[in-house]
Amino acid sequence: MALLELNSLSRNFGGVLAVDHVSFDLHAGETVSVIGPNGAGKTTLFNLITGLDQPSSGTILLDGKALTGLRVDQFVERGIARTFQHGRVFGNMSVLENVLIGAHSRRQAAQRGLPFIELVRELLLALWPSPSVAAEEAQLRQQALEILSLFGERLLPRLQQPAYSLSYANRRRLEMARALASQPRILLLDEPTAGMNPTETAEVLAFIRTLKTRNLTILLIEHKLSLVMELSDRVIVMDNGQKIAEGKPHDVRNDPRVIEAYLGHPAPHPSPSPFSAETHFHTEGTTTS
Amino acid sequence: MEDFLRTFFDQTVNGLVIGNIYALTAVGLAIIFGVGNLINFAHGSVYMVGAYVGWVCVTRLGLPLPAAFGVVVVVCGLLGMLIERLGLRSLQNSARIAPLLATIGISFVLDQLIQLTFTRAPQSFPSPLPNTRFPIGGVSIGVIDLLIAATGIGSAAVLYLFLRYTKLGWALRATAQDRDAAQQMGVNVNAVNQTAFAVASILGGIAGMLVGIYFSTVYPTMSFQAGLKGFAANLLGGLGNVPGAVLGGLLLGLIESYGVSLFGATYRNLFAYAILILVLLLRPQGLFSRQRQAPPEPLTGTFVPNSKPIHVPPWAIAVAAGAALLLPLFVANPYVLQVLTNAWLFSMIALSITLATGTAGQTSLGHAGFIAIGAYASALLTQRLGLPFTVALPAAAILTALLGTLLVLPAFRLRAHYVAIATLGIGEIVNQMILNWDWLTNGVMGISNLPPPSFFGREAVRIQDVYWYALALLGIAALIQWRLVRSPLGRTWRALRDDDIAAQSYGINLNRYKTLVFASSTLIAGMTGAFTGHMYSYINHESFTNTISILGLTMVILGGMGNLIGAVVGAVALISLPEFFRVLVDYRYLVYGLTLLLLIRFRPQGLLGTV
Repeated sequence: MALLELNSLSRNFGGVLAVDHVSFDLHAGETVSVIGPNGAGKTTLFNLITGLDQPSSGTILLDGKALTGLRVDQFVERGIARTFQHGRVFGNMSVLENVLIGAHSRRQAAQRGLPFIELVRELLLALWPSPSVAAEEAQLRQQALEILSLFGERLLPRLQQPAYSLSYANRRRLEMARALASQPRILLLDEPTAGMNPTETAEVLAFIRTLKTRNLTILLIEHKLSLVMELSDRVIVMDNGQKIAEGKPHDVRNDPRVIEAYLGHPAPHPSPSPFSAETHFHTEGTTTS
Repeated sequence: MEDFLRTFFDQTVNGLVIGNIYALTAVGLAIIFGVGNLINFAHGSVYMVGAYVGWVCVTRLGLPLPAAFGVVVVVCGLLGMLIERLGLRSLQNSARIAPLLATIGISFVLDQLIQLTFTRAPQSFPSPLPNTRFPIGGVSIGVIDLLIAATGIGSAAVLYLFLRYTKLGWALRATAQDRDAAQQMGVNVNAVNQTAFAVASILGGIAGMLVGIYFSTVYPTMSFQAGLKGFAANLLGGLGNVPGAVLGGLLLGLIESYGVSLFGATYRNLFAYAILILVLLLRPQGLFSRQRQAPPEPLTGTFVPNSKPIHVPPWAIAVAAGAALLLPLFVANPYVLQVLTNAWLFSMIALSITLATGTAGQTSLGHAGFIAIGAYASALLTQRLGLPFTVALPAAAILTALLGTLLVLPAFRLRAHYVAIATLGIGEIVNQMILNWDWLTNGVMGISNLPPPSFFGREAVRIQDVYWYALALLGIAALIQWRLVRSPLGRTWRALRDDDIAAQSYGINLNRYKTLVFASSTLIAGMTGAFTGHMYSYINHESFTNTISILGLTMVILGGMGNLIGAVVGAVALISLPEFFRVLVDYRYLVYGLTLLLLIRFRPQGLLGTV
């Protein structure tokens, strides 16, 4: 059975179908990339999968169970974590605290219980942490440090610095660390290398490879196609809200529909494939969200 | 039937007349919101200044009414331009709530200047108009009614023509739609803003003067109500929507007028606040806007400026606490002790506000209401149920936490600055309830003869005892809050403050943590209210006014948002400095207003930095 299953998912913004009957499966351990021109509906699709936005029609199934009707914060509990296209770290909080927030839904004190009682319990546990809560916090800190060490010396020396003081690339790294702290089953990365230079991009590539070796399921939006080709087990191509192609990276790269979506109608004389060498289609434009 | 019709007609005329005033105020707010994306809290003060300028012209200088009109137009127009310069232009690169706070500071300053010049007492404004009334059917309409209606309709028409057919009007509308694009097309946005503020303030000033004539009186505190009602009218018609503001004003006037005739005059203000809250919750885009969704966040961005807090070493805190504790042994002056006791109580208020506003980013302008709930709860528990103070105080605090959270609960779906407005309305509603629920609160009479604070049978008879009790309570509140803020719960609150969208996406249930923060914050507010009530031994609906909420917020900003030590430092500074520099006592609120203005401009992160 597929880990994540999208069935004819649509999102209608006042007559415009930002996501138009998109279906695909995601299997455990797979890395799947979603590519397509700006405005193709990729980020909207991510917002639907992570609960930030509700589909107009269609269903999302995790382990065969529908995610419909859940609040945003419940998606993380089910094991779906994400990063944001433009980076959303908690600016006035330290690097370590940012990562710990990622582990929020795993904390004992944050668990649901009887109405009202759960609130009193959380307040009291904040005032007088029980030994198990204190131990849990220490353990979460330890795990946060382990996650941060995946980025080498990029973030570890800056543990107590506020996130607003970090460089752009470090903020993106921090976001990935925060997402990992929730111990997700599926990690959604929205343009993790946007605005990064080649060295930094290569680092992210190596990082995602590490995650792959740990058997994490990854859904990736990315404009840098060399990265996509290298990492993906499968590629999904979107244009105008629709899924126009799906397949192995080398199959997709030669699909005429894909070439048309990127370059317009076929030129009279043969044009180079959009996927040749280092071509990438990253632009600074915003995607509908 | 005849009587009913006559009353109905009278109330309709009355409602439309008052509604015209609200419309004039609301239109000004709408123009400013449109071009500047700013909720101008100083607008009520401009209205009050207009009323006083008109009054001076007519009663002191003996000018004829048209001349007085002219002077009001000039003075208020200039005032509007000054507000734009101080409150908006110089803050363009600050946190986006800064202009809103600046206008609160300006309103403090204006209100206080008028009070210092003309005293707090209401001034009689004999009508310069002939006393003729024109009979229509069985009822009659006065000259002032006609004048107000004519001014209202006339200004609306002039404004319409101005916006529609003049170049400056086009520039104004263009700026309102897209500031950056207008600038790119060569519109001088600063000039446009200044014009908008001038036009808005002229309308506000005229409204104030007409109200002065209508009710034959002017008084400094007329500003707050006027501003809030103008805002309610504006919200009713859709924020920033000029025709909507006119309709909203008329509608609010009618609702109030009919409501008063049904329920009695003391309910007058309740309608405006109830409408404010209902519209915010049910139809935030206003009644007359076609837009389906709430307008985009007018002033998004975190309230809290980025900063590194100044680290206060624990020994310094211990020394300061020790000194505060031992002080009454060395200083016998009851005045000094009373002032410091007030400072401790205000420190608790500031702590309470900084927890919601600074730590969790839920800006509250309504904490006075929660303090009042605590005070009344404890008063009623001791007087009606005969509970000892030792039991009544924590019980009142818990009751406040429950009631306060329930009151704010509907506002949880609002974000950023709408929360500030909603809490402002909630605070006022609490006050109106206290005024109107005679059976529970004794209404205007208030509750007197409250027993002095006493713990475990030890009554605070001497001022020293009151001082120590207040200090002890502050210590307890600070300790509780310190533990909360540095716990994982505090971390969660700060995540909610910094980015609520990201916070949700990382598993934080916003409603749960808003509930927890308001419960904790109002618990401390309730505790403070209970103690204060018993200290005064008398409370009524005017004991805890909105000024306390804003003063508390100023203290919080002074010390640094979310900063516990900062809250105490801010409270002690703002309470004791004006008292100890005797010259300043009369100018206290002026000092508060200027402090707020200067801080926002030059040190938005406060003295000790935000946490």
